[in-house]
Formats: sequence, C-alpha cells, structure tokens
Amino acid sequence: MPQTVISIHDLRKSYGDVEAVSGIDLEVREGEVFAFLGPNGAGKTTTVEILEGYRRRSGGEVSVLGEDPARAGRAWRERIGIVLQGGRPDPYLTVAESLRLFAGYYGSPRPVDEVIAAVGLLDKADERAGRLSGGQQRRLDVGMALVGDPDLLFLDEPTTGFDPGARRQAWEVIAALRDLGKTVFLTTHYMDEAQHLADQVAIISGGEVIARGSPQELGARGGLATTISYRLDDEHVTVQTHDPVAKLNELTGWALAQGVELEALEVSRPSLEDVYLELTRTG
Amino acid sequence: MSLALHQLRYDQKVFWRNPAAVFFTVLFPVLLLLIFAVVFGDERIDSGGGVEATTYYVPAIITLAVISATMQNLAMSLVIAREDSRLKRGRGTPMPAWVFIAGRVGNSIVLALVMLVLVAAIGRLLYGVEVPWAEAPELLAVLVVGASAFCCLGIALTALIPSQDAAAPIVNALLLPLYFLSGVFIPDSELPSGVIDFADYFPVRHFFSGFFDVYVGGSGLPWGDLAVVAAWGLAALLLAVRYFRWTPRGG
Repeated sequence: MPQTVISIHDLRKSYGDVEAVSGIDLEVREGEVFAFLGPNGAGKTTTVEILEGYRRRSGGEVSVLGEDPARAGRAWRERIGIVLQGGRPDPYLTVAESLRLFAGYYGSPRPVDEVIAAVGLLDKADERAGRLSGGQQRRLDVGMALVGDPDLLFLDEPTTGFDPGARRQAWEVIAALRDLGKTVFLTTHYMDEAQHLADQVAIISGGEVIARGSPQELGARGGLATTISYRLDDEHVTVQTHDPVAKLNELTGWALAQGVELEALEVSRPSLEDVYLELTRTG
Repeated sequence: MSLALHQLRYDQKVFWRNPAAVFFTVLFPVLLLLIFAVVFGDERIDSGGGVEATTYYVPAIITLAVISATMQNLAMSLVIAREDSRLKRGRGTPMPAWVFIAGRVGNSIVLALVMLVLVAAIGRLLYGVEVPWAEAPELLAVLVVGASAFCCLGIALTALIPSQDAAAPIVNALLLPLYFLSGVFIPDSELPSGVIDFADYFPVRHFFSGFFDVYVGGSGLPWGDLAVVAAWGLAALLLAVRYFRWTPRGG
C-alpha cells in the first residue's frame, strides 16, 4: 500500500466574508499524479498555496509529507518542488545557470545535466531564459523545481496559455516525473490534461470537491448518457441513451431491414470533459 | 555565508547582462560628470571654501552613483522580481530569506564600490581632481554607511511600488528633486538657504554633504551627517521588515 503524501481534512479558507475553500477532504498517495481540476476561481490556487506553505488556512487539518505546511521548515522544503502559476525564470540567466543557481539552494541536488535532459532542453542549455518560448520557460521552471530532487512536486496550471505542441511537450515532461517516482500535485482547468496525465482526479467547484476518482471512473460515474450519432439523408442525428447496447441493436436492425446506410455512425461514451461540464455547470 | 556568495555571484551576472541597469547605474553617472565638466568647465564654485567645478562634481556624482547602485537599483530589480513571482519562487526553496536579501545588498555594495573607483579615477585622470588617499578609511566608512542606508531605503520603497511599470517613475520622482535640492546637480552655494534647510530633512543631502567634506575638505568623520543617514536607514529597515512583500501585487 503506497504511503499517503498529502492528506487534507475539512480544509477551509476565507477571505473576509468570502469562503474560497469550504471543507475539502483529499488524499494523495506516493508516486501518483493527482490532478486538481476546476474552473478559474474555484479555489484551486488557494488550496495548492496552502499545501505549499504560502498561505495560512482558516480551518481544517493539512499534512504534506507528514508535516503541517504552515509550520514546516527548511528540511521539509528540501523535499518539495514548486512551479508557480505564471512565474518567469530570470531572463538574463541561461538554462544551465538558472538550474545551478537553484541547485545551490538544496542539500543534495540532482546533476544539472540530468535535469536539463529530463525537461527536454538539452539544445537550449546555454540559451538565456529570456530568449526561450513560453513553453520552454515553463519547462525550465519545472526543471528548477526538480533540481533539488524533491519527493513531491506542485505544478499550478503548468500548461495554461500554451499552444498544442507546447502542451504535448509539457505533458511528456510531467509523465516522465511519474517514471522518476515523484508524486505530482497538478492543478489544471483542462479536462484533457487531467485525463491524459492523472492517476487520480478531484474536481473542485465553488470551493468544494464535487467529484473524485480515476479519470475512467469519473467518466463512467457521471450518470451521463452515451451519445450515438449518424447521418441519414444528409441529416445529422444524435441520440442520447443510457442503454447504448439495446439502442444500437434497434438502430442497426432497422437500418439493415430498410437497406439504408447510417453514415458516420459513432458511439461516444461520456468523456471526463462531459462529466466536468455537467458538474461545474452553474446558473 | 557561502550560500550568500553563491547568490551574489548570480546577482552580479544578472546585473551586468541587463543593458538598462548597466546604463543607468554605471554609464549614466559617468555621462553626467562629463556633461557637468563641459558645461561648467573651469568655473569656480564657492562651496567648500571655493573649488573648481570638476572638484565639486566628482564627489557629487559619486554620491549619485552610490544612491543609484543601491536604492534605485534595488527598488527596481526587486519589484521586477516580485511581480514575475521570482521572489515567491525563491521562498518556496530551502534558501533562507536573509540569503536572498544579502545577495542583493551585497550586489549593490559591490556596484557602489565599483562606481567610487570609476568616478574617482575619471576625475583624477581627466580633470586632475585629487583622490584623498589619506582619508581613505573615513571615505569608505561614509560610503558603507550611506550604501547600507540607501539599500534599506530601496527595499522599503518596494512596498510603495505597485507594479513593474511604476518602479522607475516612483524612484525618479523621489530622487531627482532631492538631487537638485541637495546640491548634487546645482552647487549648494548657488541654492537659497531655505532650499538647503528643506533638503536637510532628507538623507540625500546629508550623504552628499558628509561625503563632500571628506573627499574635498579632508575632514574627519562627519558624525552629524552620518547620524541622519543612518537614522533614515534604520527607519527604512524597520518599515522594510514590516511591509516588504515576496508575492506579486498584480494578482
């Protein structure tokens, strides 16, 4: 049984009268990529900043690597790596220099060359960060979080604003972190990102966790209908059903009997995206 | 301590690679000295018992350069780093906060010393302004007290600067008038006494006046001026401890 790396019980955070986080319970296990998924303003960053020790909570219990982040010291910081939302590495330092600067902060850092390779910046090692693309800068930022050889990494919206190519590359880097045995706590508002990367997902909306499970479980559990679509006489037809097998049998039987072609016939199970949109729909 | 030196090394790299910072901290003061020397040439100035214009402007420009390397440079670079989340990022590592501050302050003091040597050398070589070797210890003492105080002022000032774009205007709006009123740009013998009395409330005037007395007058330590400069530095330090922030203000 893998160990619990993060455990949160009834976490609350208020700003004045506004409760940004209202009673969250979560567990993240060792070696897992955990995606914290939700729309902007749902309380993701507030929660992750409490876990990182940047913010004080208003109530509840939090344990990260066995310590309370609000009281944890340097030894604890040795074991975590942080990539902030919208942070920028120093534009005047090269990739290798930025990593060496950060390596100096840690007791037993990973070799800088290894980290450069892990984030896919070997051909940019001597390029100044200011001359890198946004996606490359973020990968450097991941490298700076990785260079201290942490057990746990926090990535706050690591691919927001990226083009599809840059997102793919960032995903490869994050997937490789799991292979290194790191635990990754990832916030995102992209469903496909959670679906692609995460072992476990929690969906947060309005400061509360409204669903959790593996991406597959969540997709199946949403109570959403399966969609069958096809084209008949140049008309696009969509059928929603909770009993796709029977419905398909009925449909194809009819088509065979009538001798008509069901063009572009497609059966799609509800994706995590559908579940997410259904769950976070407000107003 | 070795960690602070590690930080200082990279702060130095970052400084010398930043063209705007190098221009305003290093080249601009030199340029000002050359301009003042051309404009006022061999005119005599009544300050300090009567000196040549260049003799007046060498310590004046060193004063400006030290303030620029410390207060101005720190306020601007810290706000930029804060708004780009680099300060917050650093706080998420095991590096203690004091190491980061020590690196930046050390960087500023190195630059202040570089400017002292550079401007004094230019003054000596181009204009024959004597370097007061006999007063070197007093000169360094004034410089270190001044540089430290203006570092504290620069760090405290960041609390008032909301964004990267606001950094340069706010710093200049504070310092440029004080340079004029304190005799750094216009010889103090030309200024109405009311202006000097007003400038006497502020540290720029006292740093300049104390530095000038040692550099030109060969006086001993200007205790009165140092006390005012140090008091401002101390007040700024307390405000900095209370109000300095590591996280971006712009959301």
